[in-house]
Amino acid sequence: MSGEADSLSLDGMDTFPRLLFSHARNRPAAPAMREKNLGIWQTWSWGDVGEQVRALACGLAVLGFRRGDNLAIIGDNRPHLYMMMTVAQCLGGVPVPLYQDAVSAEMLFVMQDAGIRFAVVEDQEQVDKLLEIMDQVDTLEHIVYADPRGMRHYTQTFLHDIRELMEMGRVHDRNHPDFLDIEVDQGRHDDVSVMLYTSGTTGKPKGVCQTHGAFIAAARGGMQVDKLTGDGDILSYLPMAWVGDHLFSFAQSLVAGFTINCPESAETVMTDLREIGPTYYFAPPRNFEGLLTQVMIRMEDAGAIKQKLFHHFMAVAKRCGGDILDGKAVGAADRLQYWLGNILIYAPLRNVLGMSRIKVAYTAGAAIGPDLFRFYRSIGINLKQLYGQTETCAYVCLQPDGQVKSDTVGAPAPGVEIRIADNGEVLVKGAMLLKEYYKRPDATAESINADGYFMTGDAGFLDADGHLKIIDRAKDVGKLSNGSVFAPNYIENKLKFFQHIKEVVCFGHDRDMVCAFINIDVGAVGNWAERRGIAYSGYTDLAGKAEVLELIRECIEQVNADLVHDTMVADSQIHRFLVLHKELDPDDDELTRTRKVRRNFVAEKYGVLIDALYGGKDSQFIETEVKFEDGRRGKVSADLKIVGAKTFPIVKRAA
Amino acid sequence: MSKKIGDVILDLQNISLRFGGVKALIDISFDVREHEIRAIIGPNGAGKSSMLNVINGVYHPQEGKILFRGEERKRMHPHMAAAQGISRTFQNIALFKGMSVLDNIMTGRNLKMKSNLLLQAIWWGPARNEELEHRAKVEEIIDFLEIQHIRKTPVGRLPYGLQKRVDLGRALAMEPQILLLDEPMAGMNVEEKQDMCRFILDVNDQFGTTIVLIEHDMSVVMDLSDRVVVLDYGQKIGDGDPDEVRSSPEVIKAYLGVGH
Repeated sequence: MSGEADSLSLDGMDTFPRLLFSHARNRPAAPAMREKNLGIWQTWSWGDVGEQVRALACGLAVLGFRRGDNLAIIGDNRPHLYMMMTVAQCLGGVPVPLYQDAVSAEMLFVMQDAGIRFAVVEDQEQVDKLLEIMDQVDTLEHIVYADPRGMRHYTQTFLHDIRELMEMGRVHDRNHPDFLDIEVDQGRHDDVSVMLYTSGTTGKPKGVCQTHGAFIAAARGGMQVDKLTGDGDILSYLPMAWVGDHLFSFAQSLVAGFTINCPESAETVMTDLREIGPTYYFAPPRNFEGLLTQVMIRMEDAGAIKQKLFHHFMAVAKRCGGDILDGKAVGAADRLQYWLGNILIYAPLRNVLGMSRIKVAYTAGAAIGPDLFRFYRSIGINLKQLYGQTETCAYVCLQPDGQVKSDTVGAPAPGVEIRIADNGEVLVKGAMLLKEYYKRPDATAESINADGYFMTGDAGFLDADGHLKIIDRAKDVGKLSNGSVFAPNYIENKLKFFQHIKEVVCFGHDRDMVCAFINIDVGAVGNWAERRGIAYSGYTDLAGKAEVLELIRECIEQVNADLVHDTMVADSQIHRFLVLHKELDPDDDELTRTRKVRRNFVAEKYGVLIDALYGGKDSQFIETEVKFEDGRRGKVSADLKIVGAKTFPIVKRAA
Repeated sequence: MSKKIGDVILDLQNISLRFGGVKALIDISFDVREHEIRAIIGPNGAGKSSMLNVINGVYHPQEGKILFRGEERKRMHPHMAAAQGISRTFQNIALFKGMSVLDNIMTGRNLKMKSNLLLQAIWWGPARNEELEHRAKVEEIIDFLEIQHIRKTPVGRLPYGLQKRVDLGRALAMEPQILLLDEPMAGMNVEEKQDMCRFILDVNDQFGTTIVLIEHDMSVVMDLSDRVVVLDYGQKIGDGDPDEVRSSPEVIKAYLGVGH
């Protein structure tokens, strides 16, 4: 371990290719990457990765990839695609990972904007998507694919198997043994190391240019806070185009030297999680929510004794589990109970969740429900939140061990300065800031102020301990017509913690009351309905059942009761709601690819429903066009009932 | 995509099959060429499944000859057909419901196992190595059919469309030369049908397997097959490529119908 620490502090380890080749030299046998293939976990050591990156880089150079070129990378998390990131960097190029589930029309913009000449893709599916838009991307010259399955009949000469590229490279490397070293030597820490496109909640996506220096600083800061070492394992299953994956799987693995593990397919992630038992795990709140929902559903099917045990020890964990994890003082009786609970419930539960070996787990991307957060911590999983954007390498605030609070995102990370603007917007500065938006000096100028602070667009404040608390997007924070603060995300997150509710959109800006659209969680509510013998045919039918509306009403009233005590937002209690007839879906542009609600789009699309909510109607007919996964279109229609919820009188705080 | 359709691999000549007084198949002749997808269609009770059962040796026709790779086939049993490289799937899925997907597909390798029962039972020596080899082959099939996520799931818990896919997987595990599919799309929704079509085409294309299929969904048949045989009341009323069959007046009268 000390060997790694030394190699890091050595001067010159300031670009990712240098970091990679240093690992390959100093610890060639340590595992760098794993992938489950044909049912067996295959391992690449750092030595293997070094050799293959070298070969691939030479091969790509032979194809004509030059300094300054952008390399599109499209596919699920695969070792060869991670290697291609470093390959592009070796040659002074910039990898541009794209979201792999985007349809070709969505890829078109990025391909054109980044002037892509070379693309590396996972398989036939992605090749087909690129071939579809090839005539609109004049710059595109070569496509390399990693999985040859189904590619036998493709005769285009610009298509290359990655193995062919590797062979070409090996030959070139033999003939010009100095070539790659010279290329790598030219790399500088302030070269752009990656371009990540923002998901584009508003307007066209922008390419965020980050340098080697920025990502290495962010990776080192995170390592320092969490004491990460080279013998860890991370499950890499989140999109490679997402900044979080780039920081955790790519940058930190190269800096710290731990192993990245690629699941077999998107559907097997849960099984693979259990098999790998990662020490380091990253998931958006909805994954943690999904896991908990599954556990709760299965507990409902368990026998009476098991249920009793479970609920008893979960109460113990709720009382003292978090404090024990934080190293705070806890009474001997509780400690004993917790110890027993750990043997009977928590440890087996962690094992089922695949989290037995977790040293630290992170969640970010959206706010996490406090109860959900406490649940994981109370059973001994060191779950933390972090805060950051694509523009800041996902690195602004981290929660240090022992100072974890559920309602803040933690203290400023090492090397990060935070300032709160007069309008409540969070401003940040540090080595991890973006260099620029690709070809968009106007946008760059808009987002970085005169003092060099990046404007995050989030509204928040620093609490007494210096921890940052985020309320909402600065632009989403509105006012009710009586002038009190309306923070839609804050309310929505409270509701989304109920296992029966999957998605919520609240309205209230410039209105006299708050109303909401609800998406039920079809798994949890379906199970609930089966238990009660309620027959239903599908989502739309289930969402319209009177019993379901009643169930959701109870959830909303609980939140209302909760909001009363929160003086700032007590006026934001939900008065009326409806359950949408279809699930909000990225394919219908209602959610972003990272599954955040596109609020304005939804408000516009369902304007008639909002009018009905505020117009005092009891029901409203709606017909909506939906896109299926294969691109076909259909229509969903329903007569939606609008339900009123009980609100509570606001208790004035005793003077 | 162009594929090479080879010589006749299976030649059925003047097949007649009777059950007592019921004539199931009357003097039917057609052939199947290597690498092609051959469909058998016809209304209910036309004799399609009987035809498939004749091919894989479940029924023995009273008259007629079956030539497999030019050699006349004597009276045979299904397991002999299997050993010759003919495997099939069933209209009503016939899998072991309580066993996992993996184990079900493994059963398809059974004929290929050489070590004796005793060694297999104690999982020792050659039997063990052999099983590992077969497992590797099975994993390829699991990968091919994209069912990694249900590898260890008991088949009985799977939705119908996936069970059909596992059924196909088991038939493929034999590495057949001819694959008989009895209504592979029956009871599936559109998406499952699309998936199944893709797998059938991929099997045909990548492994070069000859496929004989029975199917009711006309659009599927017309899109997939190279040639189509049409049966009606046990008689052959049409034979040719999909376009020919579609425009044959007799076929239209018997099966495709007008506005039906």
